[in-house]
Amino acid sequence: MKADPGGVLTGEHFIDGDHACCEGALAAGANFASGYPITPSTEVVERFAARVPTVGGTFIQMEDELAASITLQGAVWGGAKAFTVTSGPGFSLMMEHIGYAAMTETPCVFVDVQRGGPSTGLPTLPAQADMMQARWGSHGDYSIIALCPNSPQECFDLTIKAFNLSEEFRVPVMFMMDEVVGHMTEKVVIPPADQIEVVPRKHTKKSVEDYLPYGTNGDMVPEMAHAGEGYKFHVTGLTHDERGYPNMTLATQDKLVRRLQNKIRGSVDRIAMFEEEHLEDADVVVVSYGITSRVAQRAIDAARQRGLRVGKLRLITAWPFPENKFRELAKKVKAFVVPELNLGQMALEVERATNGQAKTFCITHAGGGVHDPEEILKVIVEASR
Amino acid sequence: MSTDLNTDLINPVESFLRTDRMPHIWCPGCGIGTTVNSFARALIGSKIDLDSLALVSGIGCTGRVAGYVKLDSFHTTHGRAIPFATGLKLANPKLNVVVYSGDGDLSAIGGNHLIHAARRNIDLKVICVNNLIYAMTGGQTAPTTPDHATTSTNPYGTFEPAFNLPHLVEAAGAVYVARWTTFHVRQLARSISEAFQKKGFSFIEVISPCPTLYQRRNKLGDSLDTMKYYKEKSKVRNGAPTKEVGLTMSGEIVVGKFVDCDRPDYQAMMRAQYVHSLGEKFVELPYEEEEAETVCS
Repeated sequence: MKADPGGVLTGEHFIDGDHACCEGALAAGANFASGYPITPSTEVVERFAARVPTVGGTFIQMEDELAASITLQGAVWGGAKAFTVTSGPGFSLMMEHIGYAAMTETPCVFVDVQRGGPSTGLPTLPAQADMMQARWGSHGDYSIIALCPNSPQECFDLTIKAFNLSEEFRVPVMFMMDEVVGHMTEKVVIPPADQIEVVPRKHTKKSVEDYLPYGTNGDMVPEMAHAGEGYKFHVTGLTHDERGYPNMTLATQDKLVRRLQNKIRGSVDRIAMFEEEHLEDADVVVVSYGITSRVAQRAIDAARQRGLRVGKLRLITAWPFPENKFRELAKKVKAFVVPELNLGQMALEVERATNGQAKTFCITHAGGGVHDPEEILKVIVEASR
Repeated sequence: MSTDLNTDLINPVESFLRTDRMPHIWCPGCGIGTTVNSFARALIGSKIDLDSLALVSGIGCTGRVAGYVKLDSFHTTHGRAIPFATGLKLANPKLNVVVYSGDGDLSAIGGNHLIHAARRNIDLKVICVNNLIYAMTGGQTAPTTPDHATTSTNPYGTFEPAFNLPHLVEAAGAVYVARWTTFHVRQLARSISEAFQKKGFSFIEVISPCPTLYQRRNKLGDSLDTMKYYKEKSKVRNGAPTKEVGLTMSGEIVVGKFVDCDRPDYQAMMRAQYVHSLGEKFVELPYEEEEAETVCS
């Protein structure tokens, strides 16, 4: 369906990534946010707090991130489209509720504007060191989707995509920004509402008698009902059967946990988005995401000018990781060069997926700034030998 | 009068329960089921539309209530029933939202949310079953464990002062505060009915036995002995200053309605502020207006 024009600020804007993310949420139909202040993410909810009473919806500033990350889920079950926004320390506090959203299949979006860590780290400076936490941070086995924008325009476009994916798969989607993308101001074009595709809630059309809250009919994603509609359903974080009732048998656990994993893993080709360049003739592929992809671009262009056969693979979807894409590429290329603002996170996935078929050079950075393109260029040269 | 025996035999509260989930997990002599019975009777008495009633629990023995009531019911995470319920209520103001959980869940791990929801005066009915202990996990000390009671984590007796929950929530801003024991089933049902008439943060504490872990370990007898204790030592003092209603292990239990006042709830205050600041730019959410003056009795 098309976006409700009420929340769409159609036009050309000169805004930062945090504000663009907020506009993306509003365009996607988000009418609820719960947050807790934390640098460098707060501008997202500050804008939402200013905008939402003029378009219809609610913002509430909660007492901590534990509250913020579950309040939004209550809102979703009350019929809202909801999200929360945070950065490293707050993201850590939200982990239990990412698991709850995964287990209860609550569609929602968690925005993490990454800053340097661990702990309080570098509150005002960038990092990309929460990538593994986004995937594995909550206990138990589950799958999530994570997107990485590299510009304010993408903060707008991909926030809509994040909401759409969360509705389609009934899964919490991690929106993995970084401080630079969040605070970078660029032109953002917001199209008219009738050009914005919005995925509606997968709401059941079944009668109260026929409705099974966690019945799947073979397509892996159950239909949802909201509180107050007469379905009188039960939602629990305990292992549950198709009725939503707690059931502690090994068979129920196996069926549920595998479905939660497989509904995402099995759709990786549908979910995975990347930007590629010069992959046809590449000997070396630079793999990057977020702000690092823009630094890497300069190194790639310089390497091409020198005649090196280097290609670009930018991960727009970080999770689920597009293993097959890498497996195929590994058959043709010599090496992958992975610059990232951490000490090696997504590079581990590249290594795992390529399984020794090509070399992986990770260019690490402890965070607080971005790479020097020269440094990336040097590694490209080395990898090309 | 009906002569259909089958109809006559149905317990009046049965239609509120997920009978397909029985038997429940609570121990013999546990008071939680008794509180659910009072809750169901309050619903019958208040003629609440069950389609618009949602119940939210946290984790623990009382946290399992959500699984047994035939309502839209949410068994959330430990301590977070109140913030979940806050989101539910704000997203759909037409819902009546009940939070039904235990003392450890609501006042320890969830203590911050308890006081902030009371401060904001979110329109929630909180039923706190206080068995003075962490029961689900085996009888550890709770913030409510009184005196020098013996627990699995204070095997030589507790020495931390306990929370006086009515005093805490009144100070934080609750508009309705009552306490009963599981001996006071009718009074409890009446208080729950009254809370449904209130707009704002209501808190009902129910003192309830845990014969398996609290009574037994402290040599307080079985549940029948506890009922006798509740009967003999409870003193109804409606309007008692909450500062004076702290609990001891075997002393008097002050019960009754302690606080019943009115002040605008969160959504009324939010709306008023937006109307004041934004005027015609404010896009109204579906909301049934009910002006509340600030009055305390």
